[in-house]
Amino acid sequence: MPILQVEHIRKSFGQTKVLDDISFSMEPGNTLSIIGSSGSGKTTLLRCLNFLERPDAGVIRVRDEVLLDAGEPKKVTDRETRRKRLHFGLVFQSFNLFPQYTALQNVTLAEELLAHDTPEWKADKSQTLKRIRDHGVELLAEVGLANRMDNYPHQLSGGQCQRVAIARALALRPDILCFDEPTSALDPELTGEVLRSIRKLAERNTTMIIVTHEMDFARDVSNTVIFMDNGRICEQGDPREVFDNPKQERTRQFLARYHGEDAR
Amino acid sequence: MDQFAQQFPVVFKTLNVGFLQTLKLFCVTLLGALPLGLLLACGEISRSRVLRTVIKVLVWIIRGSPLMIQLLIIYYGPGLLASSISAEAAASSPFLNMLRNFRWSGGEDGRFAAASVAFIINYACYFCEIFRGGIQGIPVGQEEAGLVLGMTGRQIFFKVKLLQMVKAILPPISNEIITLVKDTSLARIISLQEVIWAGQAFLKGSQGISGVIWPLFFTGVYYLAANGLLTVGFAKLEKKLGYFR
Repeated sequence: MPILQVEHIRKSFGQTKVLDDISFSMEPGNTLSIIGSSGSGKTTLLRCLNFLERPDAGVIRVRDEVLLDAGEPKKVTDRETRRKRLHFGLVFQSFNLFPQYTALQNVTLAEELLAHDTPEWKADKSQTLKRIRDHGVELLAEVGLANRMDNYPHQLSGGQCQRVAIARALALRPDILCFDEPTSALDPELTGEVLRSIRKLAERNTTMIIVTHEMDFARDVSNTVIFMDNGRICEQGDPREVFDNPKQERTRQFLARYHGEDAR
Repeated sequence: MDQFAQQFPVVFKTLNVGFLQTLKLFCVTLLGALPLGLLLACGEISRSRVLRTVIKVLVWIIRGSPLMIQLLIIYYGPGLLASSISAEAAASSPFLNMLRNFRWSGGEDGRFAAASVAFIINYACYFCEIFRGGIQGIPVGQEEAGLVLGMTGRQIFFKVKLLQMVKAILPPISNEIITLVKDTSLARIISLQEVIWAGQAFLKGSQGISGVIWPLFFTGVYYLAANGLLTVGFAKLEKKLGYFR
């Protein structure tokens, strides 16, 4: 059974069509990479999944629960939206860590806030806080930052910041973790460490959607690749197929340009 | 020199009393203008176009005209307005009736109340613009990061944005507050008995001392001392918030 089904998503900003009839589905534990030139709608698609944008049309289903049916104009409460968006986690291109909190606090803040008013919190506040803290420490250790827990974001490198952001997104145990060009703001030296962390997650069968310009990484790590062009899915399939044997002329052009850059 | 030594205790005591009034106006203004400014700032970034326009016009009027004139209008305005409203007109509308009957109470209390109102409105408008800049200056990514982590709007404001905003607005706010210490002297125009008024009294003659100008000059020391303290305080606060960027 697919964990995520996206059906006929459309989105326009004013006159500009940004997403045009996007449909795909993915199986649990798989990694999906989305490639395509800037402005092809990749980021907007992720933002729709995370309820940062509302699609004009289409349906989003997670494990058969309809999270969003743009055709139904019924008003959804804030509380509902919050519950629904927690199916997804999002790692931003620009990290968006909270500067006034340490790495560990960045990871634990949301979980602590969610724990308020739960029976567990009322029963034993300090025990709950300890459990959340331990979870945060564990997540930071997984991304290789056990020794930087008490550092503030400005004391960390870009790569370290992005790894904190990954740990933060994992803290709420999302069903699907989304990455929006996670290495685009990093210089090549720091890109590797972030990609390694993502690769580790893939090996542990974390369900992930990765928007990226790192072609070799996408080919290597994902089970499925989607090539987007002009708001449409131009081609999708097994990464080896899409990268080595693209069926669409547009895909070929796009990949040729990337390989050209590699050769330079 | 003998004469100065004789005058000093008298002058010092009088100026202290005046400066107490200065400080009182300063504190009341801050207590009123900081929250009112935040409220105005929230209105200015609200979705209501009408509210935004009303606040923009208010800010333009208040920031665009001298505080001294605002003081005069707020202190003398109600009396003038009342005399121009006829009894019949007042009978026809409770609002006009209220205007017709409103007076600042006589004496120093009335002057202080009027000055407080004028200063609070004036400074709230300046604070409003600073707060708005502080709120809008926070990258939109901070809000989005909070949203995807399932935070409520309240939580995002209090747990994520507020401290960043405080840090960002601290320099312009401290600037404004230091200006306020000195601006309180404008209340002299409606004869509020603040420190300048107290110093000036010795020019005309008071408590057996007349024709001396040094008390007026000496009032500067009070402002310097107050602003020195404030500067040190704000520097400490800035340092305290320096732990993040």
